[in-house]
Amino acid sequence: MVQDTSDSQQDIQIDGGRLSANIMHFARCLRAAGLPIGPGKVLQALEAVEAVGIGNRRDFYWTLHAVFVNRRDQRELFDQAFHVFWRNPDILKRMMALLLPALKADLKQEGPEMSRRLAEALQTNKPRPGESDGGEQDQEIEIDASLTWSDRELIQTMDFEKMSAAEIAMAKSVIKRMSLPIMTVPTRRFQLSHLGHRADLRATLRQTLRSGGDVIDLATKRRRERHPPLVVLCDISGSMSRYSRMLLHFLHAVTNDRDRVHTFLFGTRLTNVTRYLRYKDIDVSLEKVSGAVQDWSGGTRIGRSLHEFNRVWSRRVLGQGAVVILITDGLDRDAAEGLGEEIERLHKSCRRLIWLNPLLRYDGFEPKSSGIRAIMPHVDDFRPVHNLASLADLAKVLDHVGPRRHGGMARWLAEVASA
Amino acid sequence: MTNPLPASVDETLELLQRGDYVAERSLATALYLALKLNRPLFLEGEAGTGKTEIAKVLSATLGRRLVRLQCYEGLDVASAVYEWNYARQMIEIRLAEATGGKSRESLGGDIFSPEFLIKRPLLQALESDAAGPPVLLIDELDRTDEPFEAYLLEVLSDFQITIPEIGTIKAEQPPTVIITSNRTREIHDALKRRCFYHWVDYPNAAREQDILRVKAPNVPEHLSRQVVGFVQRLRGMDLFKLPGVAETLDWAQALTQLDRLELDPETINDTLGTLLKYQDDIAKIQGSEANRILTQVKAELSAAHPA
Repeated sequence: MVQDTSDSQQDIQIDGGRLSANIMHFARCLRAAGLPIGPGKVLQALEAVEAVGIGNRRDFYWTLHAVFVNRRDQRELFDQAFHVFWRNPDILKRMMALLLPALKADLKQEGPEMSRRLAEALQTNKPRPGESDGGEQDQEIEIDASLTWSDRELIQTMDFEKMSAAEIAMAKSVIKRMSLPIMTVPTRRFQLSHLGHRADLRATLRQTLRSGGDVIDLATKRRRERHPPLVVLCDISGSMSRYSRMLLHFLHAVTNDRDRVHTFLFGTRLTNVTRYLRYKDIDVSLEKVSGAVQDWSGGTRIGRSLHEFNRVWSRRVLGQGAVVILITDGLDRDAAEGLGEEIERLHKSCRRLIWLNPLLRYDGFEPKSSGIRAIMPHVDDFRPVHNLASLADLAKVLDHVGPRRHGGMARWLAEVASA
Repeated sequence: MTNPLPASVDETLELLQRGDYVAERSLATALYLALKLNRPLFLEGEAGTGKTEIAKVLSATLGRRLVRLQCYEGLDVASAVYEWNYARQMIEIRLAEATGGKSRESLGGDIFSPEFLIKRPLLQALESDAAGPPVLLIDELDRTDEPFEAYLLEVLSDFQITIPEIGTIKAEQPPTVIITSNRTREIHDALKRRCFYHWVDYPNAAREQDILRVKAPNVPEHLSRQVVGFVQRLRGMDLFKLPGVAETLDWAQALTQLDRLELDPETINDTLGTLLKYQDDIAKIQGSEANRILTQVKAELSAAHPA
């Protein structure tokens, strides 16, 4: 992972106060790329470099590493930044704004290995993370509504476009607005509470000792509440490719926000990507995901993928009353063969089944495709998912504990059919 | 009567055989390592493959006490480790009042003394026995929730339990721990890491035949061959719930009770409920499919054992 920093490479030149200025620029670079580095850290770094000296490049590298990196997943970013920033011998004579051309050349050499976040951080005229270029929040991602799918399964490792700092900020702000899912269900555990209706004898006895047994004051307990596990089945076929990236960001955020989230991607086959999404750094996470999935943007075989899920995973992840979110446009290559039975089984083995469909943004949407008609009768909720706003709305759905609304979709379907 | 621990994989196999358990060598190896290195053995596998049975056989053949903790959702310290006998404590407090109050401290010492303690399985497992440390079976761990799993991790790492009012209770000799899971939930890596892991798979035809011979000796040889052949074929099919060894035994026993000497389509259709537990699966197999499988099995058997 860490490139060899041989001493034969250009040593860092010291030039009065330049080094400290450059360390400061380097720190700002890292900060812009998302590492939590404040002015205190910069001072620490200066002290550390002074203490260690800058006899060789390797010591210098590890000195800065010791100060700036405090989590495992930051190592890669630091490593890239260091090699780009300190490689150019002229770097000490430049200001950061002039650094760009050289950097661009570097980027070409580094190729796809270079984190886009870092590249952006090295440019000066970017908005700071957290600020969006007005309107980006509300910008809808258009889809091409060509209801087609490629006939050929694309067996390739797709070069997943890396996430930019602005997007991270955007995603973060969305997650901030969503507290997903707020719905809680009572568990079989208890906690001490004055609002409870059951006597907690253990606590009662302990309290009694305080008064030496003169007063026995009954302590009560109530059931603890927890959110149920969340299982996401996300379609990554060609017709969904415009959304895949945004949805993966969303899933990454949700996965890192809570425990008990399981994520599966499917096109023509099913892949469990739960573990890859647990990496804290989104770039690393998405890279692992794109390496694991082999059928990006190919066709869709919803029935077959769901069958596999029901057989292999259903009992393992739906054990504790999970809420299932199915994200797909329902356009199936197999013309919904066997889809009805599988979706019915899925529906019967979870607490709630929520279907997110990007096609739903069109007012004139009608459930014409056979896949959609097969899924429709078996879902408890049916919502659009084509922009950040609709993701934010998802929180409201999940907040709704209420009883399952069996037949709600079926009724709607009948209305559409009769209209 | 207590027996020494087996000193090799072969001895472990023999030990299990003495308890009428027909085991794969791989399982015996995992079990031997667990006994030898004193680590828990984590058995995962489909229902009805004989996971729980191992612990029972082990305690019987080693002459050790079996302490069983059956897991369920919401299992807590009070039902897994210890509980105070509140009713007796209350009475004790009242008695103390009636006989002219004790001081607070002495009362506390009195009502939280071991005689008021109700020991649950985990605490029982820490108690040494004349026969040696007990076998602790933690059954169907996947049914508990994560907090309990985290607590268990602590107990299994140093085999000691702290009760605030009494102090820390530590096992002189750590118990032999067998953990089973049906995989209705993924167990956390941290717990798996501390155990030897073994996936208990469905047996192959020859081994299933052996199991039938040992566990159901009254079943005629010819019938048991057909039963095993039929079940083995079913396991190759795309069913929602495949029949386990327990189902095979049930079915063979049921057919014997019905005085059948060999399989015929009608009998299969009537008794399919002992083998398959989902209506979809039964509907799939019943009738023509069962006929087809049976014909294949019979053809195979007549080729292998010409009468």
